[in-house]
Amino acid sequence: MRIGLFVPCFVDALCPRAGIATVRLLERLGHEVRFAAGAVCCGQPAFNAGHWDLARPVAETCIAALDAVEADAIVCPSGSCAAFLRSHLAELLPDDPRAAAVAAKTFELGELLARRLALTDVGARFPARVVWHDACHALRALGLHDEPRRLLAAVRGLELVEAPGGAECCGFGGVFAVTHADVSTAIGEERAAALERTGADVIASSDPTCLMQLAGLLARRGWRGRALHLAEILAET
Amino acid sequence: MKAADPRLRRVIGKAVASWGEQTARTRARFLDFAWGRAALRARKADALARLPGLLEEFERQAAARGTRVHWAQDAAEARAIVLEVARRSGARTAVKSKSMVTEEIGLNAFLEEHGIRPVETDLGEFIVQLRGEPPSHIVTPAMHLTREDIGRTFHERLGVPEGGSPEELTAAARAALRTGFRASDLGITGANFLVAETGMIAITENEGNARLVTALPRVHVALAGIEKVIATLDELALFLPMLAVSGTGQQLTAYNTLIGGPRAADEADGPEECHVVLLDNGRTRLLADADARETLHCIRCGACLNACPVFRAVGGHAYGTTYQGPIGSVITPHLRASEGFGHLPSASTLCGACNEVCPVGIDLQRQLLRGRRSRARAGGLERLLLRLWAFAAGSERRWRAALALARWLPLRPRASRRDLPQVAPESFRTWWRKRERP
Repeated sequence: MRIGLFVPCFVDALCPRAGIATVRLLERLGHEVRFAAGAVCCGQPAFNAGHWDLARPVAETCIAALDAVEADAIVCPSGSCAAFLRSHLAELLPDDPRAAAVAAKTFELGELLARRLALTDVGARFPARVVWHDACHALRALGLHDEPRRLLAAVRGLELVEAPGGAECCGFGGVFAVTHADVSTAIGEERAAALERTGADVIASSDPTCLMQLAGLLARRGWRGRALHLAEILAET
Repeated sequence: MKAADPRLRRVIGKAVASWGEQTARTRARFLDFAWGRAALRARKADALARLPGLLEEFERQAAARGTRVHWAQDAAEARAIVLEVARRSGARTAVKSKSMVTEEIGLNAFLEEHGIRPVETDLGEFIVQLRGEPPSHIVTPAMHLTREDIGRTFHERLGVPEGGSPEELTAAARAALRTGFRASDLGITGANFLVAETGMIAITENEGNARLVTALPRVHVALAGIEKVIATLDELALFLPMLAVSGTGQQLTAYNTLIGGPRAADEADGPEECHVVLLDNGRTRLLADADARETLHCIRCGACLNACPVFRAVGGHAYGTTYQGPIGSVITPHLRASEGFGHLPSASTLCGACNEVCPVGIDLQRQLLRGRRSRARAGGLERLLLRLWAFAAGSERRWRAALALARWLPLRPRASRRDLPQVAPESFRTWWRKRERP
């Protein structure tokens, strides 16, 4: 399949390894990856903060590039950006006919694998104890709960554990992490501690922003584990 | 807004965890909770669509039962109506059951200024009143307190020996409340629902205090926001369990009372006079705004507060509002438009947990986003930074330049309690380009 790749701004700048692992995984599975280099950001930071006028041109640039990549499906290694394109693009750009088409074929990575490609076992091997952190937008806007867990459960050598209390926010929240740094940190400390208590070597998630928040907090607690994107685990053989 | 100290966060966390367990259990007993939510949403939408007619019907039916209905445009009018009723009753003490609308209009302070002593009879409200605090949660007013905190308050204010058991503390509260009840000629309550077809008000509670407040004093006055009206009595069959499950995790609260007006000639108890004050106080502004109207669906169950990670981190008092948490953050900027609560919608991670628990299907996430839009027009530093970001993210060429600049500038953001992510030495797009053209 021709799979377009959207690497959002913060993944590109702060967590490129999630994008690299996505490429390696999809190519190993026999797909052609077409990177939409012109798609920089979906526009979510400004949209969520209420500045739709600032978000609009950014989103327009993004969907023009995603549209031009001519792919059967588009993958994004961030549940939040995929959810944004799916849920809010039509509202932000009501007159752009490309918006609905791009939104309909854009998937978060685990979603693409499990739903679009109907895969469970991607042939990965990753011997570690892994706890899955549900990123809020992947969980609630995209409805992804069992999908990433099934993918991880099929990885050889991987032991999947759950954090007590179920899904809780990491406290990042985009611009919120800056404007409400103290509250963001307090929420994150709670979540990080719950994940740490599982005794997992690895915290995995579908959103690099959650992982950066959690890793940044756990680093101060002297945690020796790793925070990895789903792609980084599934790419390992 | 700042995070609460770790102790308070633990206290709130414990209360919310117990709510979560109870709610999960009772929610699971519904055949289809989502159907219930959709049904309530439809009922509320319908009631709001014909609000003026339903309110008039309520007034007609209530009047036929001997209840006097008053209309209050704002808090000041509502306070004046209650004071007038109180003065005519000659009451020096007013017993109150739990009512957030009376908090909204600042009724207690107003009555005290006019020589009438308000006595809160809901245990949680009684505790925060003793402490001179506002409720920290719309359903669980003393959520921020431990048993030890309450023991200290009772020791200081009621002379109860220190380190009292829960039974001793409850007995002390009971004794204090009985004195209040005996002295009172006026009972003040809120209303969970106003039933238009019968002109009755429905009150849901767990302590039986609202029953005493509405039965013992000579005069009863109930205050309710105009959005509380529902069309038919039947609807309570769904509203009451959905409210109980979401609010406290009960299948039904211990006491559900329908009040149909003053004591009739052939009845043994009940007040001689009944009044209902219908309060607007900014609600018609919400009603007129088609996009914000759904916030009037709220039945004040408090579930969105409990589910909200921000609420649990900051505590209810940090909001500085009558209604806390997500619902408070979306309605307060409308209800108190001139008082600068426009920042509240920004105090959210947009995690969506509130949407998941709302029993009437309010899209709180969407409302929070809307609230941010109205605020964004003001500008400020946030807008300036986002403007820079939008410029950089507007084309790939500018984005590359911005990344190069970020690496070159000695910008290494720091925070005291977490490591912040740093710009990677090589971006994804550089990696890709090298790979394509080695």
